[in-house]
Amino acid sequence: MLKTRHDVTDRVAVTIDGEPASVPAGISVAAAVLTTKDGATRTTAVSGIGRAPYCMMGVCFECLMDIDGIPNRQACMVTVAEGMAIAPQHGASRLGEAE
Amino acid sequence: MSVRTYDVIVVGGGPAGMSAAAQASQHGLSVALIDEQSAVGGQIYRAVDDVTARRGGDLALLGSEYTYGKSVADAFRESGADHICGHTVWQLGQDGTIWSTDGAKAQAFEASHIVLATGALERPVPVPGWTLPGVMTAGAAQILLKTSGMIPDGPVVIAGSGPLLLLVADQLIRAGADIRAIAETTSMQDYIRGAPHLLRATKSWPYLQKGLNLRKSIKAAGIPIYSRTRNISIEGEGRASQIRFKAGGEQRAFDVSTVLLHQGVVPNTQASRQLRLDHMWHSKQRYWHPVVDDWGQSSVPSVFVAGDGAGVLGARAAEIKGRLCGVQIAFLQGRIGAAVRDEQAAPLLDETDDHVSIRPMLDAVFTPPKDILNPPDDATVVCRCEEITAGNVRNAAAIGAQGPNQLKAFYRAGMGPCQGRMCGLTVTEILAASHGRSPKDIGAYRIRPPLKPLTLSELADMAVDEVAE
Repeated sequence: MLKTRHDVTDRVAVTIDGEPASVPAGISVAAAVLTTKDGATRTTAVSGIGRAPYCMMGVCFECLMDIDGIPNRQACMVTVAEGMAIAPQHGASRLGEAE
Repeated sequence: MSVRTYDVIVVGGGPAGMSAAAQASQHGLSVALIDEQSAVGGQIYRAVDDVTARRGGDLALLGSEYTYGKSVADAFRESGADHICGHTVWQLGQDGTIWSTDGAKAQAFEASHIVLATGALERPVPVPGWTLPGVMTAGAAQILLKTSGMIPDGPVVIAGSGPLLLLVADQLIRAGADIRAIAETTSMQDYIRGAPHLLRATKSWPYLQKGLNLRKSIKAAGIPIYSRTRNISIEGEGRASQIRFKAGGEQRAFDVSTVLLHQGVVPNTQASRQLRLDHMWHSKQRYWHPVVDDWGQSSVPSVFVAGDGAGVLGARAAEIKGRLCGVQIAFLQGRIGAAVRDEQAAPLLDETDDHVSIRPMLDAVFTPPKDILNPPDDATVVCRCEEITAGNVRNAAAIGAQGPNQLKAFYRAGMGPCQGRMCGLTVTEILAASHGRSPKDIGAYRIRPPLKPLTLSELADMAVDEVAE
């Protein structure tokens, strides 16, 4: 869905839904995910329908993702880091359950 | 529990926040600026330090108005105010207390005066299909350009209205995005309606000229600009793949991978509502804003509001309003006398007119269309978080929901993670239309803390003093 205007050499290795990905350093998790895939980055708590980032500034809460094991994080407000594990947020988070 | 204490705390790192903090600091007050982002700039000047330092190509694209933001950021840094970045404010008190979190632990602050400078957010654009992946705001595309040098891949259509629409379109075109069309909801009648204000707007000739140049530049790139667009709908399986609309009497359709929507920006009133400041309804621009005096002081004496969060007047006006807050607070805290305050304020007040004189014209031309404010199709999602439709809200109105808070007894609209940021204005408009009353009488969601999600561990690990009490 997104691409960088210029080649970016400064990159970090992350996993997105278990798959390794090399993304530009210093960008938000939401932006990073959108460079690797189209379509939904989470499913809703109500009907399970797919959603993706909308506002990129922390007000819409559509970019919720599971980042390093913590669910419901606003991916547009978190910067990518080496080794980060990024996963879609499937519905509502369920606390207290083992992965 | 350790409480960090200052004379003034500013919430928000955009032009209003930066300049309020810098001005107050200049007068000898101890100042902290708390901001959610890791670098100053708010949204309008987002990533300006990084772009200036490392991305000259993007800087040229973003233009001189954006580059100007670097000077505001530099002035803030030089002022000596504490910059508390990466902190999300989740609760504020009329007694000057502020609670934030850095993602690991909560922190309490206290100040004699608070300046809210939390800016604006995009007006929601509830059209059929707006919740599909691949649909974003025009502002989101601009943020991606600023923060990451990124553009949408594949065909894009931009739809809506407002001065930002053409600016973003032009920037994206020059950045290499494949813009297929711009569908403006604004019509020739709207421009004519703005004409009487043109005389007053001549002080803002630079802004007007810029608007005309943008239009010319986009047309020169061979991209159609449709006006009086109606019946926008977005379709696709699992993601946006087509946008349809009616313009010039014809049904049109474009294959897309991205749709950018925009219908102007509105004040972000979450913090001001949580503080129970008095608000009023702007009947022309159709949004709520806190009531403030000429200095920016709200109905609660310890709380000031500056910038677009008090009313959308743009970045330059935000900077001036921020400085006026700083000056008045310095006076109220006894650092300067009334004479010095008035002397400092005079040039600021003069300068304000240069930047706000265009607003009546912009307000007249870019009034949001009725079918965006009050989506006619019952199936249109209004509350994105809880998937409540326009039809749901109308049904609730018919069986007794008088206002947005009563609506919560019927549906979860406004009770999802965004806490009504995306649906508040639409819900108010639908209820107003259903009851034949003014939005002013219908009211808005009551906002309660936390303003942003907070985990128990962040609260439990709140910064504590070394010595136990």
